[in-house]
Amino acid sequence: MKLKKVSMFPLLMLMLAIGGCSSMSGSSGKQDGGGAPVSDAGMAGAATAGAREGGSWNGNPLDDPNSLVSTRIIYFDYDSASVREDYRDVVIAHGAYLVANPTVVVTVEGHADERGSREYNIGLGERRADSVRRLMLSQGVAEHQITTVSFGEERPLVAGSDEAAWAQNRRVELLY
Amino acid sequence: MKQFLAFLLIGVMQSQAWGALTIEITEGAAGALPIAVVPFAFQGGGSGPGEDVAQVISDDLARSGRFKVLPREDMLARPSNGSDVVFRDWKVLGMENLLVGSVQPNGTGAYLIRFQLFDVFKGAQLAAFSIPTTERDLRITAHRIADIVFEKLTGQRGAFATRIAYVTAMGVAGAQQVALKIADADGYNAQTIVNSADPLMSPSWSPDGRKLAYVSFERGKPAIYVQEVFTGVRYKVAAYPGINGAPAWSPDGRRLALTLSKDGNPDIYVLDLNTKVLQRLTDHYAIDTEPAWSPDGRAIAFTSDRGGKPQIYEVQSTGGRVRRLTFEGTYNARASYSPDGKSLALVTRVGADYRIGLLNFNTGSLSILSRGHLDESPSFAPNGGVIIYATKSSGKGELAAVSVDGRVHQRLALQGGGDIREPVWSPYTDSNRRDK
Repeated sequence: MKLKKVSMFPLLMLMLAIGGCSSMSGSSGKQDGGGAPVSDAGMAGAATAGAREGGSWNGNPLDDPNSLVSTRIIYFDYDSASVREDYRDVVIAHGAYLVANPTVVVTVEGHADERGSREYNIGLGERRADSVRRLMLSQGVAEHQITTVSFGEERPLVAGSDEAAWAQNRRVELLY
Repeated sequence: MKQFLAFLLIGVMQSQAWGALTIEITEGAAGALPIAVVPFAFQGGGSGPGEDVAQVISDDLARSGRFKVLPREDMLARPSNGSDVVFRDWKVLGMENLLVGSVQPNGTGAYLIRFQLFDVFKGAQLAAFSIPTTERDLRITAHRIADIVFEKLTGQRGAFATRIAYVTAMGVAGAQQVALKIADADGYNAQTIVNSADPLMSPSWSPDGRKLAYVSFERGKPAIYVQEVFTGVRYKVAAYPGINGAPAWSPDGRRLALTLSKDGNPDIYVLDLNTKVLQRLTDHYAIDTEPAWSPDGRAIAFTSDRGGKPQIYEVQSTGGRVRRLTFEGTYNARASYSPDGKSLALVTRVGADYRIGLLNFNTGSLSILSRGHLDESPSFAPNGGVIIYATKSSGKGELAAVSVDGRVHQRLALQGGGDIREPVWSPYTDSNRRDK
């Protein structure tokens, strides 16, 4: 998964990107500003130290764990392609991010669980990808920024033939 | 559409070690016919042929579930010629039929196989043939003999000298190895014809058994290819934006029905392979997919959720009004017509399970043939007697087969791990024709 073009954004951009989402407003800045405890200064792997001033996240919002756009998987109900209430804010945040960054493109990958026939599941995966795409388009994202592809049940996220596995495999993945 | 691209496929290779199929009967029919297949005598010098022809025939007959084959150790005599047969030896063992034969050298690497089939009770010869063959073709010749025996004794044409194509997948997502393979109908001679790190789907045989159409995601999005089975040469026939799926060959071999979503959502199209003209058959905002041709080429059945849930519909292959074929249940998909056109195999939801169903057009009744939780991809043997399908057992994809009367069940396991799925039985081909 490669990031295209974008690397640094001022706080303003971030706020613009998540402007449409009520649950997150303000919270990301605050938590960032709070600073992770740096007492174990050794090396925790995450290179988050420094680079921040005045509570701003200077990185790409896609990499900001507190931003809604860090969520790239949207889950769906059985045989359904409607974006669930609990994922609407995530999709809207991605849409806002794409509107704010018109040079960024995203691939919207639709997936299905293993039940039923394979080609029908390809159709179902496309329908899921398409409902995410349409929601983004309605926010003003340009058509050329979004490519959809359906893998049906061919690329499960987790193995297994139970509801827990199926629930994780019925999804749309956003690949920037 | 642009010109078809033709190029050689590099990945054609044999793979015997990984990917051998073994077949076992999990449930046979009561009243299987008792038959004795005597080991064929080798009438020449040297070590003889590399295959036990009689064993291949025995295994075919036993696997069909229609025959009960006498174990060799129970035989009282081992005649190789009709004149040496003492029928009492076989009557006493309860045998109804007897097959004897011999293999003779017939030039370098070549043989002549003679065999005779007898009705033990009548003491009468039912068939006698001599077939020239080669070392390389011993197995296929044995399958043809099994076909002859099967037809003489059941009245139904055999389908042992045919092949199956299927997809295998090894490894987890991200590091997956997917392959499209073909094997003899008894699981032997498995050969990989496409290898990919990305999904391969929906193989479909051309009616002459010489080409396969399939879907490959090797470029990160689906495209439909047609590949010559014996040369590995392949052509890209559809790579439109969106879905390119579910290719199905017309019975005349000149057209492919397929699913495309280039015009907004999945619909059924027919592509003329010579003229490249694409005709749209359905135009509906629902998912229309999984086209299947009727044997006479006049109709195409397909899956659609235009009524809310997936059901099977039918449209004339030249276009026109769509009519619904399935009404029972909340999920019916992936239909295929029986070779006689009188029934439709499909995937149907039964409670929480997905099973193979058979819709009889005369009675309108839908019978459930399989018993798994996640059964899919039914494909008829070319004689219409058996349906092969994909199932899951202990979390692993396997193949299974069931006779159309639901009485004989077989399991086909892949040796060496990995999933196996999407079996499609080859049609009869010219090379299946019997020489009399």
